Amino acid sequence: MIPELGHFFLILALVNAVILGTLPFYGAHTQHKGLMRLASKASVGQFILVLASYICLTIAFVQSDFSVSYVANHSSNITPLRYKITAVWGAHEGSLLLWIVILAAWMAAVSIFSKALTPEMRARVLGTLGLISVGFVSFALFTSNPFERVLPFIPIDGSDLNPLLQDFGMIVHPPMLYMGFVGFSVVFGFAIAGLLQGDLDQKWAKWARPWTTIAWVFMTIGIALGSWWAYYELGWGGWWFWDPSENAAFMPWIAGTALMHSLAATEKRGAYKSWTLLLSILTFSLSLLGTFIIRSGALTSVHAFANDPERGLFILTFLGIAVGGALSLYAWQFDKLKSNNNYTLISKEIAIVLNNVLLFCCLLVVFLGTLYPLIADYFLEQKVSIGPPFFDPYFSFFFAFILFLIPFGQQMNWKQNKLKTIAIEQFILLALAIVIAVFTIFSLTGELDLFALLGISLAIWLMLSCLLYLYAQTKNAKSQLAGLKKLSRSYWGMIVAHIGVAVTVIGVIVTTIYSFEKDVRIEAKHTVQVENLSIYFEKFDNYTFENYISSQATLKVSKNGNYLTTLKPEKRRYQVSNQLMTEAAIEPGFFGDLYISLAQPLENGAWAIKVYYKPFVRWIWLGALIMALGGLLAISDKRYREKKFRKVKAIKEEGLV
Amino acid sequence: MKSKKIIIASIPLVIFAILVLIFKSSLNKDPRKLETKLIGNQVPVFELASVNSPETVLTNADLPKEIFLLNVWGTWCVSCYAEHPYLMKFSKEYPIKWVGMNYKDTHQDAINYLAKYGDPFIYSIADTTGQLGIDLGVYGAPETFIVDAKGVIRDRHVGVIDDRVWNKVIVPKLESIGWNKSGME
Repeated sequence: MIPELGHFFLILALVNAVILGTLPFYGAHTQHKGLMRLASKASVGQFILVLASYICLTIAFVQSDFSVSYVANHSSNITPLRYKITAVWGAHEGSLLLWIVILAAWMAAVSIFSKALTPEMRARVLGTLGLISVGFVSFALFTSNPFERVLPFIPIDGSDLNPLLQDFGMIVHPPMLYMGFVGFSVVFGFAIAGLLQGDLDQKWAKWARPWTTIAWVFMTIGIALGSWWAYYELGWGGWWFWDPSENAAFMPWIAGTALMHSLAATEKRGAYKSWTLLLSILTFSLSLLGTFIIRSGALTSVHAFANDPERGLFILTFLGIAVGGALSLYAWQFDKLKSNNNYTLISKEIAIVLNNVLLFCCLLVVFLGTLYPLIADYFLEQKVSIGPPFFDPYFSFFFAFILFLIPFGQQMNWKQNKLKTIAIEQFILLALAIVIAVFTIFSLTGELDLFALLGISLAIWLMLSCLLYLYAQTKNAKSQLAGLKKLSRSYWGMIVAHIGVAVTVIGVIVTTIYSFEKDVRIEAKHTVQVENLSIYFEKFDNYTFENYISSQATLKVSKNGNYLTTLKPEKRRYQVSNQLMTEAAIEPGFFGDLYISLAQPLENGAWAIKVYYKPFVRWIWLGALIMALGGLLAISDKRYREKKFRKVKAIKEEGLV
Repeated sequence: MKSKKIIIASIPLVIFAILVLIFKSSLNKDPRKLETKLIGNQVPVFELASVNSPETVLTNADLPKEIFLLNVWGTWCVSCYAEHPYLMKFSKEYPIKWVGMNYKDTHQDAINYLAKYGDPFIYSIADTTGQLGIDLGVYGAPETFIVDAKGVIRDRHVGVIDDRVWNKVIVPKLESIGWNKSGME
């Protein structure tokens, strides 16, 4: 009964979305107040309906209703309760439902927090989101219904959730990532509404900006969580693989980053309206493309990953209508998008253009690398596959330029600057950074790796430059604290986020260049030496847990003769699926992780183990969290919360008019 | 001037249209529909080492004398990781033998992979150079051949076998050549 109810709610949600995607547009066109107001109510209604449907599916999981085929395939009687609840998004059908719920949550949020919008704008933004819902709800209903029953032969037990997903990282990673993915639909909605309206003023950018930033924050955290999960769960210590599904999330993130910057120029200076709009469309298109890549298996004709042409065709059609429609609208209204071109060569406007060009190059690298197999297949009829050897050098090449640009960019004012002052300051800092980098690298490793030197110098330079920026704020204030307090939250956001970039860069470079990995054979009651670590194999035990049996090795590790830690890497056998999982044991540290995983058993109780040392690996994710914090600071800026009369004043102060 | 603007304004749309065309063709070129000239022929002659015990040499004579599935896999193949849990499940739940063909891989990687994720195969043939793969007309991994008791290839499937493919494609094909779920031929 409950699954049918869930199915029914989903059908109602489709009807509701169709209403939301049509009537408010008509209302905005004919100035009908009632129809425009309908948009808000229907958005909240959409959220309630899809949430109800989602809860029904969750109940089916909790009750282990194996007559529902999705439940039978991704849960079992002995699956622990927490994973029964999270198994809802453990595969295609359910994660699509989560997508829909999150989309509706964003819609409800827009209808609640954007009372300041004109009624037309609001109706059109929500209407656009309604149309997107129509697409996704019908996708779920017609091709991937999670409520499908297997009758009359109901399985006695399910086949359990994939053990890889039975993990804390997998509980938090997908919802976070989806919040970001789907969150970009809001700025897309704003772009469509703006295009339909025809006149795109700076208010438009001001409204769209915090929504873009918050989606970006979620996405940043989501990607970082995914990378962290891959690191500790997959058992080979890697944190990024340039896998199509990773790139699918990374591409909208890069575009979103560019969008945040260009929105700043559009809001503050009225510059690049046309480009910012295009970027808004592009960012969400890449989110849709990501969904297409992961869900359809377009890349499967080469990589063959969960290929399903029927679903692929549906998403492709939807992608075609949504993006094709948006781009046609853009072409149609292109004439009306007049930008303010009143700036000089040495200005923040130009810095932002460079930022966008470089980020776009990075995006292009990832895009081409991900889709090249398709393109080559189409034009050259060649089967190729592209990996890190392509991505690493090209991406780093463009990213190095970005690192070089940030210290200058963040010092710039709008309109015009004296390059000489900024340049002298920054090059002194750069020289200082190189000295620090040379000294640190040489004293720690005894040699100088050119790439490490380049990357670390740039990162340290960026940090110094952020500190200088803060220092400069305090110079003219009464006290240092007063100066820092006066700095607006959006500037704090910028500085903090840029520090985050530097932290991540240091993490990436040090881990990539200085990690080591050793395969060693280890016997019970014996000690092996790996670099300056000695590892003593104390014992090997079996334990039984809810749905798996764990075989653990107990290893005592000492460093330079002093006891460091006890690590217990395991092999787990999940009983239902009979799958064997390797759980690495990690001794985490701010300056590096010791990472040990069991490879395979050898004769007489000996084991082959893999020992990794990953210096600074945590900085990668720490930096991402700092970036996200920067984003949060930026949206907490008080100008987004101000009353109307103060808003005008603030705009004047910022030199808009 | 006006027409120039229209051209600029339409560039994104044109690029997008081209991309959609490419995507569309990629869907149509569904690798699962690939035919093989080998259907109806014997499994090509081979003489290769076994992954499980490298000293043993496997030949056509070692193939099961009943209907079995020949699965092409490799540790470099991302999709094989996705397929593997299903192979573990099907090999446990259905009375059919799976023979692995470890395609273009190193011995150590293959051993590690099986130790880590489990071994659904009665044995795996080590096709290190990829010669048997070429003889079989392997398109990419994973790929699965249905072979009958006489060693004749009856059908092939390119791509991951999951629950859906197993129930809708593989089992019906197996049944059409005389296999049944209870294990009687």
